[in-house]
Amino acid sequence: MVRPHGGRLVNRVVSEKRRNALLEEAKELPQIEITYERLIDVMDIAHGVFSPLEGFMNQEDYIHVLYDMRLANDLPWTIPIILDVDPVEIDGVKEGDDIVLRYNEKPIAIMKVEEIYGWDKKEYARQVYKTTDPNHPGVAKTYNRKELLIGGIIDLLNEIRHPLENRILWPIETRVLFREKKWKTIVAFQTRNVPHRGHEYVQKAALTFADGLLIHPLIGWKKPGDYRDDVIFAAYETLIKYYYPKDVVVLAGLLMNMNYAGPREAIHHAIVRKNFGATHFIVGRDHAGVGDYYGPYEAWEIFEEFPDLGITPLFIRESFYCQKCGGMVNEKICPHEDEYRIRISGTKLRKMIMERKIPPEYMMRPEVAETILKFKDPFVH
Amino acid sequence: MEEEIEVKISIPKTLYEKLVKEAEDTGFKDIREFIIYVLEQLVETSDFEGEVMSKEDEEKVKERLRALGYID
Ligand SMILES: [Zn+2]
Repeated sequence: MVRPHGGRLVNRVVSEKRRNALLEEAKELPQIEITYERLIDVMDIAHGVFSPLEGFMNQEDYIHVLYDMRLANDLPWTIPIILDVDPVEIDGVKEGDDIVLRYNEKPIAIMKVEEIYGWDKKEYARQVYKTTDPNHPGVAKTYNRKELLIGGIIDLLNEIRHPLENRILWPIETRVLFREKKWKTIVAFQTRNVPHRGHEYVQKAALTFADGLLIHPLIGWKKPGDYRDDVIFAAYETLIKYYYPKDVVVLAGLLMNMNYAGPREAIHHAIVRKNFGATHFIVGRDHAGVGDYYGPYEAWEIFEEFPDLGITPLFIRESFYCQKCGGMVNEKICPHEDEYRIRISGTKLRKMIMERKIPPEYMMRPEVAETILKFKDPFVH
Repeated sequence: MEEEIEVKISIPKTLYEKLVKEAEDTGFKDIREFIIYVLEQLVETSDFEGEVMSKEDEEKVKERLRALGYID
């Protein structure tokens, strides 16, 4: 099994034995209310999704990640994991103090405040998103964050219930699972979509050379018009049932924030999958991109800067149906003219689903389309 | 409650003081409870390919995987 990033899987979930004592202690500590997105970060840190991070970043790691795309110890890391606060919220809190992170009044974690420091949001946007344009959804979120950052280790006291919690696995769970299945090479596929024939083609092309496939939908904030998480799971379950051999696929949700940081986020997604035990990671064209902020192959090129990543990226070209080849193919293996090629457009598919039509079979498996259409309203509003 | 025996060992004074401090900081009732906890963790926990967990933790993980239908 591939070792976690940095060598050791982080576990900051307090044991049952310590929990009660710490909950008692927490009552006396300063309290800070965090947003849902920071709550997800806390859960990801505690469960080792962000190994080797044990808490929110201190300034040294933050600056290194911002400018070098590496932690202070030189380990690849491309997206800062930071906790922002208003000065008034931490009035009286000093470096070295313990504080409680709360969500909806409920204590979630104890944090040791190691450092309090300022940040330049515009510079953050320029480095992480390569744009300072507030129309970029990640940039807009950055500009809305608070003025100070606090870094320090966290200890998780309480889990938060999630409507899809039975679909979510943590790194230790997929690792034990892969070991039980005796898989040595595991290829991970990131998605936020229902599967069409192009996705299936890419997954199967990769699976041909691996023991197992981890289909890993990102669960979290969605924008209006996106497919609902439960629809994505149901659609994949149908696809797996009818079109994948038994025991080669694991479908599990990943609770993690989406930043739309394009190339930087492609690296981040790969590192996270390594922590889940994957050895290979499929990187899409314009992976984690939005609008036209990133070049179509930037998310592939950036991997050249990280020969020491510890997970192998798989760059599989966009697939299409070729009438001459008579099947799903890609640019690299089909010699035919454009007039024979039928491309699958996500926008077109969405439109058909909205009109409650079954798309043609070369676009989407009919069983998958039927599953999606069983939902009265498959979209987020 | 399991039967207990009394053992008398000497440890460096500064280590003892550190343990007392650590026990206070982590909210343990007394130093005895803390030392038992630390030793238990040491004995039960294995570091397998970077996954540090006890037998008990691993069983819990498998139980959940079974309950969710990932393993038989
Ligand atoms: Zn062709």
